[in-house]
Amino acid sequence: MNIQIRKLYYGDIPEEKGGVQSTPLGDGGKQSDWPLWEVFIRSKQGLDHKHVGSLHAADAQMAIENARDVYTRRMEGVSIWVVESKYIHASNPEEAGEFFEPAVDKIYRHPTFYELPDEVNQM
Amino acid sequence: MDTFDLEKIFQEKIDGEIKIEPKDWMPDAYRKTNIRQVSQHAHSEIVGMLPEGNWISRAPSLKRKAILLAKVQDEAGHGLYLYSACETLGITREETINDLHSGKAKYSSIFNYPTLTWADMGAIGWLVDGAAILNQVMLTRTSYGPYARAMVRICKEESFHQRQGFEILLVLSKGSEEQIAMCQDAINRWWWPSLMMFGPHDSESTNSEQSMKWKIKRKTNDELRQNFVDMCAEQVKILGMKLPDDKLKWNDKKEHYDFGEIDWNEFWNVVKGNGPCNKQRLDARKKAWEEGAWVREAAAAYAEKRKARQQAA
Repeated sequence: MNIQIRKLYYGDIPEEKGGVQSTPLGDGGKQSDWPLWEVFIRSKQGLDHKHVGSLHAADAQMAIENARDVYTRRMEGVSIWVVESKYIHASNPEEAGEFFEPAVDKIYRHPTFYELPDEVNQM
Repeated sequence: MDTFDLEKIFQEKIDGEIKIEPKDWMPDAYRKTNIRQVSQHAHSEIVGMLPEGNWISRAPSLKRKAILLAKVQDEAGHGLYLYSACETLGITREETINDLHSGKAKYSSIFNYPTLTWADMGAIGWLVDGAAILNQVMLTRTSYGPYARAMVRICKEESFHQRQGFEILLVLSKGSEEQIAMCQDAINRWWWPSLMMFGPHDSESTNSEQSMKWKIKRKTNDELRQNFVDMCAEQVKILGMKLPDDKLKWNDKKEHYDFGEIDWNEFWNVVKGNGPCNKQRLDARKKAWEEGAWVREAAAAYAEKRKARQQAA
């Protein structure tokens, strides 16, 4: 099967078809000075905060207010955390294999590893 | 590990339906294609606010104003979800917005058509958002994780957009003679541009077999367009209106509707910047950006000042 497809739908006009080359605009504004923030939302009391996305804001308060407007328009949250993206440290996906390897062969950590007689109900 | 191995691992992930995440290795062309597609999708949301924003102050009732305002605000939110997803690919927000303003990056051509009457708000919701939903539902399964997640969030919100549009038309279709005529007129003007939203015929397409292989896309233009026609041809009956196409006819053998040919000259003209509103739309975006500069500067200055005060304390 060899389907050839080129969509020119949302966001898919090939550059050469658009007829315009990019020319940077003057000042570009000051928005690039606003740091990037990661947004975490608690959807209801009792649940964890969960990562939902990111946004730019001048400071933490603005980040929280913008996060409210962007990520909780339909009552998706009762609490918001924001943290500047640069403070997030992450494990390296290229080393994920070795890094998580120690857990792979320890199936005895799972309850299903143990075979018990049926009479031992609900353990 | 050399590039060959990395590409092999990458393709195996895609084939195994494992999503690609920002820090994963990916081929440059995959990154570039996604940047182009996601940013242009983001621009479509933001430019898409303009034709409707035009009607917020003129909506016929307080209820309709509130609804339209909420819908346009949603679109701003959708734009932001997508800009954020795009940034995870390593392009700055500033570059992305520059590309829109310089005309290098495109947005959906549909937004280069004018909104002449209130009925257009109905037709946009029903047809334009309807067409968008078909594409976006497909994209919830796209291979790049952040894009797929943004799409899931967007699709949840989009259904209200389409329903409110259809309801606007439904009310008009039961109204006075003038209202009925206005309803049909809006459908007439928006039908063909909506079909164009799906892009050229599959047979015309040349270069992105790759997008299918990488599972950025999962359905062809013509497949999605056919789905859309089949849906609308039925829904229009509920409105008691007609779609402006003499060739539209149920085909028993194919179990699909047959329909007429799109004016591809018009399509390419609008893409290249010669549509009725291209200039107006871009000017509006640039004006908003330039006139908003002082707000961005003031916010940055205020944040600086507050930080200095906190450090002093």
